[in-house]
Amino acid sequence: MDTIFILEKSLIILTVFAITMLIALYSTFGERVFAAYFQDRLGPNRAGPLGLLQPLADGVKMFTKEDFIPDTPNKFLFIFGPFLFMTTALITSSVIPWGDKLEIMGRTVYLQAADINVAVLFVLGIVSIGVYGIMVGGWASNNKYSLLGAVRASSQMISYEIAMGLSIISVLMVSETLSLRGIVEKQHGFIDWSGKFPWFSWYVFKQPLAFLIFLVCAFAETNRTPFDLPECESELVGGYHTEYSSMKLGFYLFAEYINMFISSAIISLLFFGGFNYPGMDWVKQQLGTNAATLIGVGAMFAKTLFGIFFYMWVRWTVPRFRYDQLMNLGWKVLIPLAILNIVITGAVIILSGN
Amino acid sequence: MTDFKAISLSGRKKDVSDKSMTFMEKLYLPAIAKGMGITLRHFFKPKATIQYPEQKREFSPVFRGRHILMRDENGAERCTACGLCALSCPAEAITMTSAERKPGEEHLYREEKYAATYEINMLRCIFCGLCEEACPKEAIFLTQDMAPADYRREGFIYGKEKLLMKPEEVKKQADA
Repeated sequence: MDTIFILEKSLIILTVFAITMLIALYSTFGERVFAAYFQDRLGPNRAGPLGLLQPLADGVKMFTKEDFIPDTPNKFLFIFGPFLFMTTALITSSVIPWGDKLEIMGRTVYLQAADINVAVLFVLGIVSIGVYGIMVGGWASNNKYSLLGAVRASSQMISYEIAMGLSIISVLMVSETLSLRGIVEKQHGFIDWSGKFPWFSWYVFKQPLAFLIFLVCAFAETNRTPFDLPECESELVGGYHTEYSSMKLGFYLFAEYINMFISSAIISLLFFGGFNYPGMDWVKQQLGTNAATLIGVGAMFAKTLFGIFFYMWVRWTVPRFRYDQLMNLGWKVLIPLAILNIVITGAVIILSGN
Repeated sequence: MTDFKAISLSGRKKDVSDKSMTFMEKLYLPAIAKGMGITLRHFFKPKATIQYPEQKREFSPVFRGRHILMRDENGAERCTACGLCALSCPAEAITMTSAERKPGEEHLYREEKYAATYEINMLRCIFCGLCEEACPKEAIFLTQDMAPADYRREGFIYGKEKLLMKPEEVKKQADA
C-alpha cells in the first residue's frame, strides 16, 4: 500500500514538474508572440512550424554563452542565487490542487502532490523566501546596479506581501479553511444555491475587492510590469541580474515565468474556483467521476493560462510605475483597502448570522 | 484675429493642465481598462509585417534597382560599348572594355562592336538611372530587384555574368 502511495505521489510530482517546465518554456515564446501581436507584428515564427522550436533555440543559445563570474568575494552566493530563486519558484506547485479526484482500480487519487491544511500559509511563506534569491544574487554580483535592483526588489516584495496577506484573510474568513483544496471545494460549481438568495460561488464575485488587491500584489510579487522596477532597464541596466550570463541568467528569467504560472494558478484557485466549472454536477452524473475530473483539470489549466495571458496583456498596456508611486500604492492604498475589506467581510458575516 | 490656441490639425489637441485628479481618475482602474481595450483591439488587427523572403513589398513602377544588360529578341547582346553610360554616370561606377565582333559571332552580339567586359560597382552606384537614359541602344535598364547583400566588397563589383539578361528571360521578353 505504501509503495503504491509513494509511486502515485512521485508520478504526480514528476508530471507537475514537467508541465510547469513546459508551460514556463512556452510562456517565454508566448510572451514574444503576444508582445508582437499587441504591437501589430507577427513575432518569432521561423524556428520550426509556427516558430514552435524557438524556446529550444533560445535554450541552446543560453547554454552556449560564456558563463561569466565577476570578480566577487562571494562566488558561492553568486552561484547559489539563481538556484535559490528557481527552487522557491518550483516548490509552491507542490500544494496546488490541479484537479479533483480520479478513481483508478478502486483507489481514489487526488491530483495534488500534498494536501496540507496550511497550504495558504505555506504559499505565502515560500513566496517571501523568493526574495532571497534576488537579494543574494544582487548582493553577490558586487555591482552597484545589481545591488540597487536587489534592494528595490526586496523592499517592493516585502511591502506588497503585507497587502497580499491581508487581502487573503478576507477570503479565508469566507472559506473558513486554509487548505487550498478546501477553498476550491467551497467554490463548488458556478452558482451557490445554499444562501438566502443565489449568487455566484466563485470568490471573485464574493470578494471582488480582495481579488483586485491580490491581483495587483501578484504583479508586484512576480516583478512584472507595471511593477518591474527591480530590472528596470532604463535606470539599472539589468537590475539584479546585470552580472549574470549563460544559464544562470536563464534560471532567473525562467524562474520569473514559473512564478507567473504559479501565481496565476493561485489566483485561479483562490478566486476563480480552480477546477470548478459551470454544470460540473450534471457532467459527473452523465459521464462519471473521472471524466468530470479531467474536464476540471482542463478548466483549471484554461484559467491558469488565461492568467498568464493577462500578465502579458497588462505588460504591453500599462507603463512602469515610479518608485514613490509604487510605495504609495502599496502602503497608503492597498493595505488600508485590505483592512477595510476585512472589516466589511466580518460585518457581513455577523449580520447575515452564520 | 485668429485664436491660434484653438487650432488643432489632428483634432486631438489637449491643453496641458495641472489640476488635481478627480476620485475616478485616482482609481486608475477605468483608465487601465480602457487602455487594455485598446491593446486588445490591436491584438486582433491585421499585422503590418511583410514576411520578407516569401512576401515582397510591391515597388513603384518607376523603382530603380539592380541593372540589367539587355539582349534582343534573338538573344544577342544589345550593348555596343559606346561608353555613354560610363560618361553619364555621376558616381563613376561603370567601366568597360570594347572588342570587335568576329565573323560567326553575329548571334552573340547585335552590332560590330561589343563590350568584352562591363563592370558596375554597386557600392558606388547611386541608382540615379542616368545610364538608362544615356544609352542609345536600349541596352541597360534598372530593374525592380535589389542588389543582394554580400560578405566581401569584391562581391559588389558586378561583371557581365551578373548583369546580363538570362537566356530564359529573353523568351519572356519576346512574349511580353
